[in-house]
Amino acid sequence: MSSPPPPREAPTPASSAEIQTVVAARLLREARSVFIGVGRPSTAAILARELYNPDLVLVYESGTIGARPRRIPLSIGDGELAETADAVVSVPEMFNYWIGPGRIDVAFLGAAQVDRLGNLNSTVIGDYDHPRTRLPGAGGAPEIALGCPEVIVVAPHDTRTFVAELDFLTTVAAPSAVITDLGVLEPDPESKELTLTRLHPGATVDAVRGATGWDLAVADAPTTTEEPSAEELGALRELIAR
Amino acid sequence: MTSLTTLADGVADLVHDGDTVALEGFTHLIPFAAGHEIIRQGRTDLTLVRMTPDLLYDQMIGMGCASGLVFSYGGNPGVGSLHRFRDAIENGWPRPLEVEEHSHAGMANRYAASAAGLPMAIMRGYLGTDLVAHTRVEQIDCPFTGEKLVAVPALDLDVAIVHAQEADRHGNVQLWGIPGVQKEAVLGARRSLVTVERIVEALEPRPGGVVIPGWAIDAVAEAPGGSLPSYSLGITGRDNDFYRFWDRLSRDRDGFRAWMEEHVLAGVGAS
Repeated sequence: MSSPPPPREAPTPASSAEIQTVVAARLLREARSVFIGVGRPSTAAILARELYNPDLVLVYESGTIGARPRRIPLSIGDGELAETADAVVSVPEMFNYWIGPGRIDVAFLGAAQVDRLGNLNSTVIGDYDHPRTRLPGAGGAPEIALGCPEVIVVAPHDTRTFVAELDFLTTVAAPSAVITDLGVLEPDPESKELTLTRLHPGATVDAVRGATGWDLAVADAPTTTEEPSAEELGALRELIAR
Repeated sequence: MTSLTTLADGVADLVHDGDTVALEGFTHLIPFAAGHEIIRQGRTDLTLVRMTPDLLYDQMIGMGCASGLVFSYGGNPGVGSLHRFRDAIENGWPRPLEVEEHSHAGMANRYAASAAGLPMAIMRGYLGTDLVAHTRVEQIDCPFTGEKLVAVPALDLDVAIVHAQEADRHGNVQLWGIPGVQKEAVLGARRSLVTVERIVEALEPRPGGVVIPGWAIDAVAEAPGGSLPSYSLGITGRDNDFYRFWDRLSRDRDGFRAWMEEHVLAGVGAS
């Protein structure tokens, strides 16, 4: 007599980081091209290409246009990006011919600090001349934010990141959305101040306000993020495991 | 006019104490072997120029080669901080480091201006940021449209050093894959040294290949594996594990010094 098959294990529920990545990926359903750095935005863009938007053009500031990475790159200049790209261009060409004139639809940016208008700091914590923490610096962000028609910021939601006052204004980002691991902030149409418009599953308005360094505005009726589907979650986990 | 030389002779002839030096390569083709030779020869008071200081300048700064740094992104790509770079800026160790920072677009345009022999480049950017008060950039009005633009000064480079896949016996160089700002650096500097993975009889055209004629380069030296732990597309692969290892090792001054003495000062390669 054969024993009954073991019950099928339900997949582990999505973590807040996974929800953040899936939400970022969903925003790229309609985009023609996206500019990305490494980390979660890169994972989101690769996922979007595989799940919803196979023609999405991935652009990395190393000069690779139309890269088709199978695995998540560690650096923006990994060999697989150059080998799979439609075109590989110099850095002056990338900024002057592609980013500057607005040829790339959407840019994903991260930062160490975000203020209530969506300005970003990636330069120093503390005084510029005697910093407590020297951060990497601007990189491509200021001109990427200036050139790309739409900017989306992806950042962890805590009071170290979401601050009332930046220690240094590196980038005027004017984002259309800020995706955190707790929810989504969007600028108020009038005041441009970031406003909580959506909560991820499990997050509360109080928790988001408590993780924000200013008196965060909240929309009248914040919506709730749709749970990642089994397909989205499976594809994300498979991508990370590659 | 180029000459084929050894790495040691090329560095000894072309790089002098106090020079402004750019060792370029955007994640790809970073000239580690040449930087290590500069460390071994004890060059000092250099102003180091690079868009992304990367591990190479972290090592050169930590070994005291530099009094100044001109850059646009001082991180360990995909990993985190450059700890020697941070220690120099935050604590002045092993010596104070004068910093001039820009955005990538600003640095790229500064290289392009120097290659063109122009005093400045014109671009959109910087305005509205705190960088304006802390770096060399000036707002200007377009004389044709009145648009508010910025001017950035051309880089003033004594020496540029880049790494490429191949050179022929006449010193003509070809690189392919991510081209960064290497051509601009070579053409924009008063002196130039190119290290290559191999010397070949004849350059074979490659998709996206960038060719720099030998007569525009001062010296070419063979340095197989000379871009590791970065990489030379088609020949060596990026050693991502080393970039992660460096994050741990370089946090500690003594551990850093010991590693450099064993792996660089003793004349062995980077990884």
